[in-house]
Amino acid sequence: MPCSLTQTGSMVFDDAPSCRVSNPHMPAESSTASETPSQRRTAWMVAAQAGDRRAYEKLLADSISLIRAVARRCGVAPDHVDDVVQETLLTVHRVRHTFDPARTYDNWLAALANRRAIDALRSRGRRDRREVHDEFALERHADSGDASAAAEREQRARRLRLAVAELPPGQREAVEQLGLRERSLRDVATSTGRRTGALKVNLHRALKTLRERFHGES
Amino acid sequence: MENPEAMSVSSSHSELIDRLGGALVPVRRLAPPWRRVLGWLLVVVAAALALLAHYGPDGMLQRWTVAPELAWAGLGAAVTAVCAAWAALSLSVPGRRVLWAWLPVPSALLWIGASGLGCLRVWFTPDPQVAALQQSADCLIFIIGLSIPLSALLILLVRRACPLRPVLTAVMIGLASAAASACLLEIGHAEASAATDLLTHALAVALVVAANAAMGGRLLSRT
Repeated sequence: MPCSLTQTGSMVFDDAPSCRVSNPHMPAESSTASETPSQRRTAWMVAAQAGDRRAYEKLLADSISLIRAVARRCGVAPDHVDDVVQETLLTVHRVRHTFDPARTYDNWLAALANRRAIDALRSRGRRDRREVHDEFALERHADSGDASAAAEREQRARRLRLAVAELPPGQREAVEQLGLRERSLRDVATSTGRRTGALKVNLHRALKTLRERFHGES
Repeated sequence: MENPEAMSVSSSHSELIDRLGGALVPVRRLAPPWRRVLGWLLVVVAAALALLAHYGPDGMLQRWTVAPELAWAGLGAAVTAVCAAWAALSLSVPGRRVLWAWLPVPSALLWIGASGLGCLRVWFTPDPQVAALQQSADCLIFIIGLSIPLSALLILLVRRACPLRPVLTAVMIGLASAAASACLLEIGHAEASAATDLLTHALAVALVVAANAAMGGRLLSRT
């Protein structure tokens, strides 16, 4: 949503002309102490449109905090806020002829900063979808193409299958149904005709046996 | 008290500000939307005058006397064209309210409602002269054919500004061009409004708006 800003960073959600400039053609140097910061920036922008470099540079420097506030408000990450500032300053330069002195500079700037912040968020989103972060890559795809790693995984799975097969029948059934097939305790109790308490005890004992066997070997 | 953030302008920002300050030249301010709308309307009026010179006003006035709702439909289309063009040019200025997009809605309702009423009249009138399928196809070609240059002109006008909502602005451009073309069609349209006719007009307007949203949106999003 477009929003206007005050120098302190508080926002006004209205892009209508909230405060009009009494004399928009007033030169930047003749600004008085009674002017609000918003009026001062509007006067600087009018002067900049006429080619006043000093007023323009003051205006751009003064705009940075406003742009930062909009970017933060839009949810731009702190390390990308300065990118939004630069992009917005470039846009201000390119479209400065669209500023209407009958309206406030702050509303005009907030609309541009808002747009550039959204662009930054979209571009970040696209990049995140394309790129794989280090931690994720290591966790999910580490050595996935490595033949020796695949062979080791296969060997470990075979050992686990053998160990489960060597368990007493009650414990084996508990591990297969509850642990491997992830069926609920109630379902398994219904299908096998065993009590849930007995199933829990069998599962517990089976896991203890398997843990001892694998940890003992390693 | 000074805002600490304002004081901590990083060196890269300072360099950019220096560079932009060095490149500063005086600019001619963008004309207000109403004046740019007038510029576009001049072209539409010129086309209307050319069509009137070719077909003459008699056929159109006679048809309006028999079926006054068609005059209301034409008026609705004309007002929709003006309002949608105004909305497009207003939306192209940063900081203007998105509510501008609602401006053409009431007149568009009048346009659609009056056209629909024309169809009802055809059902209840014993011997109206209604458009055949071939004539409906001609209407489709006329609306689309005229909408292309009118849309191109509005896109040029909008690109001079900075449309921050490119697709919505392009939709307004499409609606303005299609409505203006439908309004101009009234001048040479010899038949009463039938359901096929209304559907053809609706299809033409939908095609123009969709094409603008797809292509115009891309053209305008480079700002």
